[in-house]
Amino acid sequence: MLDLIWLIPVLPLAGAGINLILGRKLGDPRAGWVATLATASSFLVTVLAYFEMLGLPAEERSHVVKMFSWIRVGSLQVDLAVLADPLSIVMALFVTGISTLIHLYAIGYMHGDAKFSKFFLYLNLFVFSMLMLVLGENLLVTFLGWEGVGACSYFLISFWQTRNSAAVAGKKAFVTNRIGDFGVMAAMFLAFNSLGTLSYHAINESAHSGELAAVTATAIGLLLFVGACGKSAQLPLYLWLPDAMEGPTPVSALIHAATMVTSGVFLMTRMNPVLHASYDWVPTVIAVVGAATALYAATIAVAQNDIKKVLAYSTVSQLGYMFLAVGSGAYVAAIFHMVTHAFFKALLFLGSGSVIHGMHHEQDMRRMGALRKVMPVTAFTFIIGWLAIAGVPPFAGFWSKDEILLYVYANNRGLYVVGLITGLLTAFYMTRQVIMVFYGKAKWNDHSAEHGSHGDLTPHESSWVMLTPLVVLSGLSIVGGAMQLPFGKDFNFLERWLAPVVEESEAHIHETWAYQNKYLLLAVAIVVAIVGIAASIVVYAKSWVKPIEPKVLEQAWYYDNAASRLIAGPGAKTFNLIAWIDATIVDGIVNGVGKLIRNIATSLRRVQSGFVRAYALLISLGAVVILAWFFLRGALL
Amino acid sequence: MIGFALAPTASWYLVLSAVLFGIGTFGVLIRRNPLVMFMCIELMLNAVNLSFVTLARQLNDINGQTIVFFVMVVAAAEVVVGLGIIVAIMRNRSSVTADDLAELKG
Repeated sequence: MLDLIWLIPVLPLAGAGINLILGRKLGDPRAGWVATLATASSFLVTVLAYFEMLGLPAEERSHVVKMFSWIRVGSLQVDLAVLADPLSIVMALFVTGISTLIHLYAIGYMHGDAKFSKFFLYLNLFVFSMLMLVLGENLLVTFLGWEGVGACSYFLISFWQTRNSAAVAGKKAFVTNRIGDFGVMAAMFLAFNSLGTLSYHAINESAHSGELAAVTATAIGLLLFVGACGKSAQLPLYLWLPDAMEGPTPVSALIHAATMVTSGVFLMTRMNPVLHASYDWVPTVIAVVGAATALYAATIAVAQNDIKKVLAYSTVSQLGYMFLAVGSGAYVAAIFHMVTHAFFKALLFLGSGSVIHGMHHEQDMRRMGALRKVMPVTAFTFIIGWLAIAGVPPFAGFWSKDEILLYVYANNRGLYVVGLITGLLTAFYMTRQVIMVFYGKAKWNDHSAEHGSHGDLTPHESSWVMLTPLVVLSGLSIVGGAMQLPFGKDFNFLERWLAPVVEESEAHIHETWAYQNKYLLLAVAIVVAIVGIAASIVVYAKSWVKPIEPKVLEQAWYYDNAASRLIAGPGAKTFNLIAWIDATIVDGIVNGVGKLIRNIATSLRRVQSGFVRAYALLISLGAVVILAWFFLRGALL
Repeated sequence: MIGFALAPTASWYLVLSAVLFGIGTFGVLIRRNPLVMFMCIELMLNAVNLSFVTLARQLNDINGQTIVFFVMVVAAAEVVVGLGIIVAIMRNRSSVTADDLAELKG
C-alpha cells in the first residue's frame, strides 16, 4: 500500500479533471458528489497507508515513491517524488479527512450557486496541491503544492468575483503570499547552493551531521520562516487572512482555518533539523513572533462583530500558538495543536456557515441571538467547538494548548504569560460569540421587518449534508485530545509516532520544574479558561458590566489601514516608478535592438533587385575580389 | 621558332580556357535573351572542363577527368530544368528577356 501513496494526491486531481471536463454536464449536486468521492477515496488510501506504516518498526517508517524525474540539469536533480513518513501521513490524514467532510458540507452550502461545479473543481485542485505540499519528498515538490494552494486560495477567495470586496481580498491574499513565497524560493536557492540538493532527507541529514554551517542553517531557517509567516498569516504578513473571509464559508473552513494556513507550521516542522542546527536565537525569534501574533490577534477578535471575522482572527491567534510551540522546540505539540485546531476550527467555521446559510447571508452577530432554538444541531455542535477552543477539559483544544504551554513554560516564562493571556482572551471572545449568536434575545425579527421585501427571513436549520460534517467534527473535537494526553508515556501516542521525524530537535523538558509540576500548569490553564468564560458571561449574558470594545481593536490596531495607506501612497509611487523603468528603459533597449535590425534590413533588402544579371555581376565581382585577395595577399603581407 | 610555336603546351589550353570563360561571363552579363545566357553558362562550364582535363594530363592525375564527367552530368540536368522553366515562361508571355523576370525582388 505504501507504494501507492502517489494515489493520495492524484485522486483529487482526477476529481478536478472530471469536473473540468464534465462539471457543467454533471451539474448541481452531482459535480459535488464526484469531488467528495475523489477526496474520500484519497482519505481511504491514506488510512490504509497509515495502518501499513503502523505495522512497520519505527526506523523503517520512511518510504519514498518516485513518480518520474522532473528536472535534470547539471548537478540539479529533482524527482517528482512523494514521501510517506509519520509527519506526512499525519498531515495527509487530517487534510484528506477534513477535506472530505467539508466537500460534503459544501454540497449543501453551495446548492443553487451558478458556478457550482467550478467551486468543486477548485476545491479538488486545492486538495491536490495541499497533498503535494505535505507529501513532497523535496522542497521543490512542496513548493509546487505551496504555490498551488496559494493559487487555489486566490481563486476561491475571489469566487464571487462580481463582488468588489471579494476580488480585492483575493488580490490582497495573493500579493501578500508572494512576499512569503519569495522567502521560500530564496531558501531553496540557498540550500541548493550550499548542499547541491533539495531533498528533505539530504538537507536534514547534513544539518544533523553538522555539514551545514550554522550561519547557512540560520539563513535557510529564517527565509523559510518568512515564507511560513506569509502562508500561515503571522505578523507582519497576517493581513490577508481576515479579508480572505470574503470567500464562501467552506473555503474559509478548509483553506483559511484547517489546512493551508497550517502549511507554514508544517514546513518548520519538516525542516526541524535545520532550525536545530541554526543559531540559538532563531527559535526565539519564531517563538516571539508566534506569541506576539497570538496575543495581537486575540485582542482584535474581542471587538469584531462579523461572525467570520472573529473566527478569522482566532485562527491567526491559534496559528501564533503553533509557532510559539515550534519556537519552543515543541514540534509534537505544534502538530498536535494543528490537528485539534483543524477539528474545532473547521467545526466552528462550518457552524458559522450553517448560521449564515440559515440567516440568509447575514453575518453580523448583532443581528443574531437565540438561534439555538431554531438551529439546535448547529448550536449544539458550535458549543462543542467553543468549549474545545476555549480550553475546557476534556475537549481536544485543552490538551493541545496545555501541551504547548508546558513546553513554553520550560523554555521562557515571559512567553508563557503571553500564552496564558491569549488563552484567557480566546475563552472570552469565543464565549462572547456563542452568547451573541445562540443566546440572548432574538434580534433577527426586527431585521426581517427591515428587509420586508425579502419575504420570510426566519432562520432555519440546515440540511443533513451540512449537519453530518458538523456532528463528525464535533465528535473529533471531543475525543481529539486522546492522541496525546499528559499522563505519561503510555498516553503520548502522537509523540511516539512522530519521534522518527522530530526526535533530534524536540526540546527535552523532563528534568524541568514545569514538567514535574505539569498538573499544576493544567490547573492554571483550567482556571484561566473558566475566568475567561465567566468574564464573558458577566459582560454579554448578564450585562452586569458594559462591554469594552474600543474602536482601535475593532479596526485591528489600525495596522491594516496603515499598511493599505503605505501601499496606496508611497508604495504605489515606487511601483509606478519601477513600472516606468521597466516599460521605458528595459523594454526600450529590447525594442530598440529589434527596431535597429529592422531598419538595417529595410535598406539591405534593396540589394535584392530581382534582376538576374545584376546578381551575376555581383557574383563575378565577388569572385574577382576574392581572387585579387589571394593574389595580392603575398604582396601585402 | 615555328616548331616551338606549333607544339602546343599546357598553357595554351589554359589560356584558351580562360578566354572561353571570360567570353561566357561577359555573355551572361550583357545579353538579355535567356537562351543565349544559357549558352554562355554552358560555355563557362566547358571552359572549366577544359582546364580540368589539361591539368589532369599535366599532373597525371585521373581525378581531374573524373570531375569533368560529373560537371557534364550536372550541366545536362541543369539544362533540362532550365529549359523547362524557360519554355514554361515562354508559353505565358509573348516575348521574354531576363530583365522582364524581376518579380522576386526584396
